[in-house]
Amino acid sequence: MSDSNKGPTRRQAHERKLKRRSMILAAISTSVVVAALVILIPLTPGWERVKQSFFNWDIVVRTFPKLLNAFLLDVAIFAWSVPLIAALGLAIALARDVRDPVFYPLRLFGILYTDIFRGVPVVLVVYLIGFGIPGLGLQRPFNSPYLWGTVALVLTYAAYVAEIFRSGIESIHASQRNAALSLGMSPSDTMRFVILPQAIRRVVPAQMNILIALQKDVALLSFIGPVEIFRQAGVFKSLLASFTPYVVAAAIFLVVTIPATRLADHMLAKQNRARS
Amino acid sequence: MTSPLKLMALAAALSVSASTALAAGPCATGKTLHDGTLTIATGNPAYFPWVIDDAPESGKGFEAAVAYAVAGKMGFDADHVSWVRASFDESIQPGAKNFDVNMQQFSITADRDKVVDFSAPYYTSAMAVLTTKQIVEGGAKPTLDSLRKLKWGAQASTTAVPMLVGLVNPDSDPMLYNDNADVSAALQAGQIDAALFDLPTALFLAAVTVNDGVVLGQFPAERSTNPDQFGMLMEEGNPLKFCIDEAINALKQDGTLAKLEATWLAESTGVPVIK
Amino acid sequence: MKLQVKNVHKSFGHTKVLNGISLDVAEGEMTCLIGASGSGKSTLLRCINLLEPVDDGEIWLDGAEIADPALDPQPIRQRIGIVFQSFNLFPHMTAEENVMLAPRRIFKTSRDALRPTVEELFDRFGLKDRMHHYPDQLSGGQQQRVAIVRALAMKPEIMLFDEITSALDPELVNEVLQVLKSLKQDGMTMVLATHEMAFARDVADKVCFLDKGSILEQGTPADIFSNPRQERTRDFLARVLGPR
Repeated sequence: MSDSNKGPTRRQAHERKLKRRSMILAAISTSVVVAALVILIPLTPGWERVKQSFFNWDIVVRTFPKLLNAFLLDVAIFAWSVPLIAALGLAIALARDVRDPVFYPLRLFGILYTDIFRGVPVVLVVYLIGFGIPGLGLQRPFNSPYLWGTVALVLTYAAYVAEIFRSGIESIHASQRNAALSLGMSPSDTMRFVILPQAIRRVVPAQMNILIALQKDVALLSFIGPVEIFRQAGVFKSLLASFTPYVVAAAIFLVVTIPATRLADHMLAKQNRARS
Repeated sequence: MTSPLKLMALAAALSVSASTALAAGPCATGKTLHDGTLTIATGNPAYFPWVIDDAPESGKGFEAAVAYAVAGKMGFDADHVSWVRASFDESIQPGAKNFDVNMQQFSITADRDKVVDFSAPYYTSAMAVLTTKQIVEGGAKPTLDSLRKLKWGAQASTTAVPMLVGLVNPDSDPMLYNDNADVSAALQAGQIDAALFDLPTALFLAAVTVNDGVVLGQFPAERSTNPDQFGMLMEEGNPLKFCIDEAINALKQDGTLAKLEATWLAESTGVPVIK
Repeated sequence: MKLQVKNVHKSFGHTKVLNGISLDVAEGEMTCLIGASGSGKSTLLRCINLLEPVDDGEIWLDGAEIADPALDPQPIRQRIGIVFQSFNLFPHMTAEENVMLAPRRIFKTSRDALRPTVEELFDRFGLKDRMHHYPDQLSGGQQQRVAIVRALAMKPEIMLFDEITSALDPELVNEVLQVLKSLKQDGMTMVLATHEMAFARDVADKVCFLDKGSILEQGTPADIFSNPRQERTRDFLARVLGPR
């Protein structure tokens, strides 16, 4: 940039012009679409009814505090589930990686486990475990729907998390394993200090997406009793005969999940850039 | 379509509206979804004792019988009553409906009434406490003090939820469920001690669904400032409301509703009143 | 003999890679393996380090057989250092952590106890100011020197080098070869697979020419480079050294 004091180069000037043009075009097209939506939708014959039912401000004001409070339960369930999911997922991933024939049953279990729990809808697992296991005659507090609902979420999500960990482990080149083994390190130390730290780092963005899905699926625990935000919204819907509480609940979810989604995408993009 | 049951229902309907033989009386003319036919929605499935065997066409069960009686009063004979299934959500969503009235133990409340129309009440329900033998043996009594200490459950989409707070005000937060079956499952699994239902439903669940089920006690309708009254649900501003109300009030006055209640809803005098 | 390879065979599937290799390496000697790509040089080194199990034959280290399939390879590998063409440093660790990991885990030595030895090694190979850098902050030559230090930190009895300069830019080759010379002066026993013919001629004690999984010819550098007896050795040298 020896000529920077002479102002922009020809290329810079050209690119600046192009950029300005594309920004103007984007602004115009966006305003046209937004204006069309804002003007046209209210002209539809059912708009008044829809507005009354889904976007009723009075109901927003009435239900928001209690919904937000119920959302704290979602956050709590999420918070205590995540470490359990990570630990179990990692254990399953490692079980599937064991090559020693003595441990073949462990490997077989790992394969069956991931196949079964990835193949069954979460809500069914929540029902079956949440009502089924306490139904065996467990006493309080060991029959708690929080406990068994969490078990259901952990079992299901650990299956996905395990597969992602495994793909991460497999993505680490064999030369890393060989380098560690050639120094005389044990296979378990090699996994723990050389393979896993790299593998885990590599799959963080993919795991973030799983966490976002989990944050939404926490609501499924409401099927077995806990009054979290989705259930609280359902109660309000029934009492007020309005769908607005659902819209409020969705908005509360989005406030959390949109930043998380953006963060995951950002991390993934960064990683792709670093690898290329 | 001409089963003996159907004929019985027809006979019942005709007996209370002997004067009207036309397909549709003057009041309802042109106000129904399909000309000459009254379309009634019920739950999917519809439960005992409101509809027997999930077959409302039979006219058996309290709500099925009331439906044919109301239709008869309005001038629809049994052949001109048609049944559809609709959830509560479908009933309150904006847009065209596939029924004239929806009848599935909908409680009339002021908040709901702002959004939809209700007919005059066709039943006033006591609320009742469903529990199990184990809990009763564990010392639960039909007193408010005893009930407050229990772990409660209810069906989420019913007025039992606010009633629970209003009548019992339990010490711990209640658990809420999608339907009667799930409440029963939670009761069976010991996750809740008791659940609040309208009395006929509680009696049915105790007798049929829940092992060792017991109806511990009832809150008579007059105990509550907003007693649980069932009304038929209609779209807001439905012109049919006037005709339906007229029919229901007539059935109330001539004692038909009381008679149907006695026929289809179990004897509830044996259930202790909660102190 | 420090190391004896006796009639070793190795196949990958139906491909015969080592076809009855026998080789003696004396204490303190540098042996260079030369030959075309695919002649089996790398596989031989990996077999000696037990990264690849041999199909048949024996390998003796210090008078004890090490290729017995019933043996635990871990303690044996600790005695044999190997450095790879592609460095294979652990990318998530600094140079120092790369070097300390194996001694810490295997000898249960603390970082503090290891530090003087490790610092001395870094210092000796001109890497003292690079100890706390991550591999991707180092040049290829620096990375390869760290990889050598990593192997040396286990105090091996013998070092294997698998074409360690092949992935380097030409101007970085020399700094790595200097390290080898320095190790030879210490009396380290070494086996190299290499394409650096000039280096082999000047520094090696013994040169072996591998062809299709067999040692076709071996002898002093003078024997092999000035006076090859086999037609194929002559052909190979003519191709890599050019007409002379």
